[in-house]
Amino acid sequence: MADESGQDLNIDLPEQLQPPMANGEVLFEEPWQGRVFAMAVGLHEAGAFAWSEFQNTLIEVVGEWDRSDLIDQPYLYYEHFQAALGRLLDRKGIVSTAALNNLADQLAARPHGHDH
Amino acid sequence: MEKSPAESRAEALESLLIEKGLLTAEVVDDLIVRYNERVGPMNGALLVAKAWQDDVFKQRLLADGSAMVDEFGFEGGQVEKLVVVQNTDEVHNLVVCTLCSCYPWAVLGLPPKWYKDPAYRSRVVREPRAVLAEFGTVLPEGKQVAVWDSSAEVRYMVLPQMPGEWAGLSEEELASRVSRDSMIGVEVLAGG
Repeated sequence: MADESGQDLNIDLPEQLQPPMANGEVLFEEPWQGRVFAMAVGLHEAGAFAWSEFQNTLIEVVGEWDRSDLIDQPYLYYEHFQAALGRLLDRKGIVSTAALNNLADQLAARPHGHDH
Repeated sequence: MEKSPAESRAEALESLLIEKGLLTAEVVDDLIVRYNERVGPMNGALLVAKAWQDDVFKQRLLADGSAMVDEFGFEGGQVEKLVVVQNTDEVHNLVVCTLCSCYPWAVLGLPPKWYKDPAYRSRVVREPRAVLAEFGTVLPEGKQVAVWDSSAEVRYMVLPQMPGEWAGLSEEELASRVSRDSMIGVEVLAGG
């Protein structure tokens, strides 16, 4: 539990080596999910938005999906979580969706072995 | 390995936020450690065990769950208004968030996958007994089921009933036997 042991944790481990949560379940199925979750909490703690603003945006995004004809598709919670964070940051003028799309496309287009 | 679109998007967002000076990679790393290691159902279990042993504490917990979280100094948040609902011989309590995934992080950690799934969110209100049965929890015929729908404002945690066989155990031993699912209300604790 100590912070010192926490510092040893390598959060860049491949997903199959992610540490289990205290009740024996993996908290994040893929590392990016943990990072997106932590970005949302970190921005909130830094005062970028009230948590209720994020919550309401998440309710909006999840509601759109619940009402869509995708309801039989696999439910990918963290994709909704990420979409909600992107939408809120765009609305608040913190990160525009255009800038985010642009950089994400660039990163996705990088050839193998050039991602760091 | 090929990056998924979600992965590229997360990477892009993090680098934009760092560039704007809003976050650092270290802050993100530390938060992941916090939620992986220090925020979890072991905190709620401690409150439950204490409530079983100390009636005065139990009344305070039922009266103001958030105040007890503050008193214990549990991290994690999402408990500005925490309501603890007590299972009795007459009533079994069950928690859901029908709109998204509201959940009391400071006492239960982050929600399990099934809690966030549309199937649980939509069915538990309509047919709680059928959902409970799928978790292996069959309640006596006469017992009422109370379903509590969490919201951005109010979060719920169930105070389960203690199996009689556990009388005499220490607080620590009790806490280690309290499951996360019993505090969501999809499980009834069995003695032994």
